Amino acid sequence: MMTELHFLWPLAGGLLIGLSAALYLLYAGRIAGISGLAATVVGLANGGSWSPGRTQALGFLLGSVLGAGLAIAFIREPQIIITSSLGLLVAGGLLVGFGTRLGSGCTSGHGVCGLARLSPRSIAATLTFMVVAALTVFTVRHLLQGIV
Amino acid sequence: MLNRTLLAVFCGILFGAGLAISDMINPARVLAFLDVAGAWDPTLAFVIGGALIPSAAAYLIKNRMETPILEKRFHVPTNRTIDTPLIAGAVIFGLGWGLVGLCPGPAVAALVTLKWQAIVFVIAMIVGMAAYRYLPQAGAKVTA
Repeated sequence: MMTELHFLWPLAGGLLIGLSAALYLLYAGRIAGISGLAATVVGLANGGSWSPGRTQALGFLLGSVLGAGLAIAFIREPQIIITSSLGLLVAGGLLVGFGTRLGSGCTSGHGVCGLARLSPRSIAATLTFMVVAALTVFTVRHLLQGIV
Repeated sequence: MLNRTLLAVFCGILFGAGLAISDMINPARVLAFLDVAGAWDPTLAFVIGGALIPSAAAYLIKNRMETPILEKRFHVPTNRTIDTPLIAGAVIFGLGWGLVGLCPGPAVAALVTLKWQAIVFVIAMIVGMAAYRYLPQAGAKVTA
């Protein structure tokens, strides 16, 4: 079972994420949106050629892996419980990859950066993916319980 | 160039550390937030709430700046039109997010655990991005 988590942990974590987005905006002038950065790193955003933006995006993503590792090693070890089957992981990954590109962003780009600047597109996108994700969980856990 | 790369790495470290200490790299925690009819867990709301404070402050500061500190101009989207691709994309993303409990940021950060589930998810996510890029109709309007 999952343990309770004191709210100061997510609050502190959120502040760090927001600080990251704030610094990236004020120094690099860019949105810290992970789906966009990931697409840039693998050459699926705009052009295929290597650009300074791509090096920067790679730096951000490698930094996030390193930062998670440092936090796990020195601050707090999170529980990581993934119960999804292989098929579900593949389906989920495909949908998340395709959907975030079509919809121009994910939880970080629309949720953290877009809501902060009151972008109408990001507000609409965030409400949409939150509601759809909640409906999906409701369907899987409560309507189809025991079936899938 | 070096400054920009170091800045990106530093911002990434803050971002990944934030995801780890807030338990967002734990899909079970995210799914518990999304499960409003179950044992609801408010963690994700605190994360977004906490993140919005510095993020919103930064946009207020940005409005008083001509250019970012290390770049010649800001690359912030100016499009305000809510269109079909935006909503369709958010629906598809929400479906995938609700199925597994991973979105792109936590999925990438979770690679540090070397869990096969995170690796499979990230590979599938990149394939999904490639599908968008190379499907003629969907990829016709590529946005950064």
